[in-house]
Order: sequence, then C-alpha cells, then structure tokens
Amino acid sequence: MNSVKERLVNGILKENPTFVLMLGMCPTLAVTTSAVNGLGMGLTTMVVLALSNVFISLLRNIIPDKVRIPAFIVIIASFVTVVELLLQGFIPFLYEALGIYIPLIVVNCIILGRAEAYAYKNPVIPSLFDGIGMGLGFSAALTCIGAVRELLGAGEIFGIHVMPDSFVPVSIFIMAPGAFFVLALLTAVQNKIKINGEKKGKDMSKIQSGCGLDCAGCDDSGCAHRLYDEKKPSVKAPEQTDTAKKEDENNG
Amino acid sequence: MSDLMKVSSNPHVRSRTGTSSIMLTVVIALLPAAGFGIYNFGLRALSTILITVASAVLTELLFEIICRKQITIGDYSAVVTGLLLALNLPVSVPWWIGVVGGVFAILVVKMLFGGLGQNFMNPALGARCFLLISFTSIMTNFDCDAYTGATPLADLKSGIDVNIMDMVIGRTAGTIGETSMIAIVIGACILILTGVIDLRVPGSYIISFVIFICIFGGHGVDTAYIAAHLAGGGLMLGAFFMATDYVTRPITKRGQILYGILLGILTGIFRIFGPSAEGVSYAIIIGNLLVPLIEKITLPKAFGKGGEKA
Repeated sequence: MNSVKERLVNGILKENPTFVLMLGMCPTLAVTTSAVNGLGMGLTTMVVLALSNVFISLLRNIIPDKVRIPAFIVIIASFVTVVELLLQGFIPFLYEALGIYIPLIVVNCIILGRAEAYAYKNPVIPSLFDGIGMGLGFSAALTCIGAVRELLGAGEIFGIHVMPDSFVPVSIFIMAPGAFFVLALLTAVQNKIKINGEKKGKDMSKIQSGCGLDCAGCDDSGCAHRLYDEKKPSVKAPEQTDTAKKEDENNG
Repeated sequence: MSDLMKVSSNPHVRSRTGTSSIMLTVVIALLPAAGFGIYNFGLRALSTILITVASAVLTELLFEIICRKQITIGDYSAVVTGLLLALNLPVSVPWWIGVVGGVFAILVVKMLFGGLGQNFMNPALGARCFLLISFTSIMTNFDCDAYTGATPLADLKSGIDVNIMDMVIGRTAGTIGETSMIAIVIGACILILTGVIDLRVPGSYIISFVIFICIFGGHGVDTAYIAAHLAGGGLMLGAFFMATDYVTRPITKRGQILYGILLGILTGIFRIFGPSAEGVSYAIIIGNLLVPLIEKITLPKAFGKGGEKA
C-alpha cells in the first residue's frame, strides 16, 4: 500500500511530467487552449498510460529485451486506438477539440518513458499506480495551464464567464505564444516554491532536481547518484583500446 | 609634479559617455516626433505617452526592489523603451493598453532575461507585437478626432492615391510617433551628429527596402510610389530608432549591414505580400532573433589567424 501512495505522490508532485520532467511538451503546448481541453487530454493520456503500464508490466518477462521498444509501441498504440474510438463515439466535442493530438498520444514520451523506466522492471500493481499518478500529474498540469490561458485569453474558466464585463480578453494567451508564456510562468512559480522550501530547511532535493533516483530513465550520466552498471565498462574498455590500436596502425 | 607621477594601468583616455548619456540623447532625439504627435493628435497623445513611460519605469523600479537588485532606472533605458512603445501606439487606445504594454516590455522582454544588455529582442517592439496580436482591433483602430479612415499605407496597398506631402509632414492617420517623416529625420540627425548611431543599419535597411519594392512592388522605379512607402508607416522610426538599438543589433560592422539588408527584405515582404499594410515591427523582431547567427558568420578573424599560408 505504501508503494501505491508513493507512486501517486511521485507522479503528481515529485516527478510531475510537465513541470519537473518537462516531458510531453507537444500536447502540453498545443491543446491547452482551455481548461476542459487540458483536462480531457490529461485524462485521456492517463487512461492510456495506466493500461499500457499494466500490460507492459504483465508482459515484461515475455518481451525480448532487444525488441522491447516496438513491443511497447504496439501495446500503447492499441490502447490509443481504443480510447480514440471511445472518445469519437461518446465525447465527440472533446474528440473534435483534441483532433490530431489523440493519435499522437502513441508517441507521447511520458508513456514510452514510464514503460521503459518503470513498468518494464516492476510488478503490475505499482506499475498501474505509477501510470495513474503520472497521468494525474499530467492532467493537473494541463488543467492549470489551460485554466490560466482560458482565464486570460477568454475571461472564462471551464466555459464559465468569471471576469468582469470590462475585461478585454488578451487573445494572445489562447494562441501558440501564450502556451509558452504560461508554461514558463507556472514552472517558475513552482520552482520558486521549492527553492523557498529548501531555504526553510525542508528536504526538497528530490523534487528540485527532477530526480527520483530513477537512474534507468535518466539521461544525466554525470549525476553523482548514477548507479553504473559495473559490467559494461569492463567489457567496453578492451574494445575501445583495440579499435584505438587499429586506428593507430592505420594511421601509421 | 605629483600629477605627472601618477601610475596606473591602461586605459588612460576615458570618455564621459555612458549608458545614461546615450539614452538621454535618444530621448531628446525622440522629442520632435513625440512633440509632433501631440500637436497632431491632441492632448490624448500626451497622456498615452506619459502613462506608457511611467508604467515602463515603475515596472523596472518595482521589479528591482522586489528582487533586491541594483536600481537601474537612472540609466533612462526604461524611459526610451516606454517612449518608443508609446510612439508606436495609435492615439485612440484606452489608457490600460499603455500600462499592459509597458509592463510586458520591461518585465517579460527585458528584466526576465536579465535586464539591459541581456534582452534578445527590442522591448518596445516585443510589447507592440504582443499588443498587436492580443488586441488587434484596438491596435489597428487609427480613427481619432483629427483623422478618420485608413493609414496612408493601407490606402497605398488598396490602390488609393495618397498625398505624399501630407505624409512627409505627418498630417495623416497612424501611430502617435510614426506619421511625421520630418520630425523623425530631425531626431535621427541628432543621433547621427552626436555619434550615438551610424548609418550602417538604417542606410542598408532603407536602401535594400527601396530596391526590394522597385523589383516586387509592381510599380517599377516609380518615385512617387517609393516616396510614399518611405514616408508612410513606421519605416523611418524603425530604421533610425529601433533597428539601431545597441543591445539587439549585431556588434560586427559587416553584420550590421547584413542585418539592415535582412530587415529591408523582410519589411518589403510583409508590406507587399503580407495581409496587412505594415510590417516594420515584425521585420525588426525577426531580425533581432537572427542576430546571434549573423554575428557568428561575420565574426572577424583575429590578427594572425586563418590567413593564407605562404
């Protein structure tokens, strides 16, 4: 039960896919023109993420290591197709609003990232909640961005008029540049909160760096926490010297 | 005797010129255009100018107080930004446009990137384009007490005859500071004579623009058409006051000429092929974004490096 809670908190706060990991920027910037669109995109992604995490986790001992990425893509694409047809059938207005970005969930790097970094190595239940946590974090972030953009760009939140009548909508916020302004602003705000928290002595290190000590899913090989696979260097080292010698011979 | 014995490392010759004196010169050079704008459009232009300048300066002051940074409003750069922005607004705008524009110019375009010298884009033009995209109908409404109807450039685009003499003097609709070619050229002369700017950027800008409209304008080498394009819109204001901004133009001399040519071509494309009549501000901010690349390809070789081998 602890791991379930840990996974949920991790997805929503510590490794929030949008504000901390900066993953899935394409749908984040493109569809958040209103809070409803942001929420819809987030929840759609969450469903796909949770289901694909479960199936990848179930199949993790069957999928051969060398073809795991194509296998992940097949699983993810299947669920995206299911979700797309369901949306088209039951929530057509959302289907219209999200458009091309629903099929593009297949290549959303959050989903592939969680499959590779978590679901492929962990049991089913934690993988399910990892998917749900990440999906909730993504939904929350997209809804926030969508709400701010809708508020400033149209004077509404979730389609309800909230600004006074004298407010003139700043329409740049529901256009593409507004997405960048709002994303940068919200990221700056949450970084500021974390830095202030650190100053007060709270342990914010994991949140601040965007690192959950999840080294497999991380590209930062210069990280001090990096857990090196000890076999690889010993295998690689002789090879490198061999090729270096050959090059020397060729040059000579 | 003791004066002669003073030992110090170079430089030994120092100039009194600093950021604040240069910026003050720019403010003075903008005064003819601003003064003509007030004369032309009435006191409402004055209040727009004051509100915009005040909001730009106050934003810089507040940002620096809140972030506990050195207070830099004494260098007048915020005044220049506010004044340039105000001169780029139509006179009919409500007061809060000036406030929003001033805050955006200083806070988002300038201070968030590190303040004067760090901004990658001209703050006044960044704010103008922000306002133009956000409040298109307000920003393109040039109706006022003195004039109604389209700007001369819009007339020119739709094939209506324009009075070039009025455009040179400035008795036309338009933004507060752009209408009078004479007032802007007086200001530009002040800047050139005091050595604040040189003619590399504005010269190459205007010449390449003229060549462009001769080729693509559909009128050939028609003096009246070219004169109308030069006197109309924000070309003069942009070429002398905004393209020459020290921070956002290239440093290298060859780069400045290349930058001017690029701006001329972009302005021509926007004016002749674009949907709207004017494109100076978009041309300059796109040019600003290309400045790092221009500097990279025009970097002079250091002495002794890269020469041909004997």
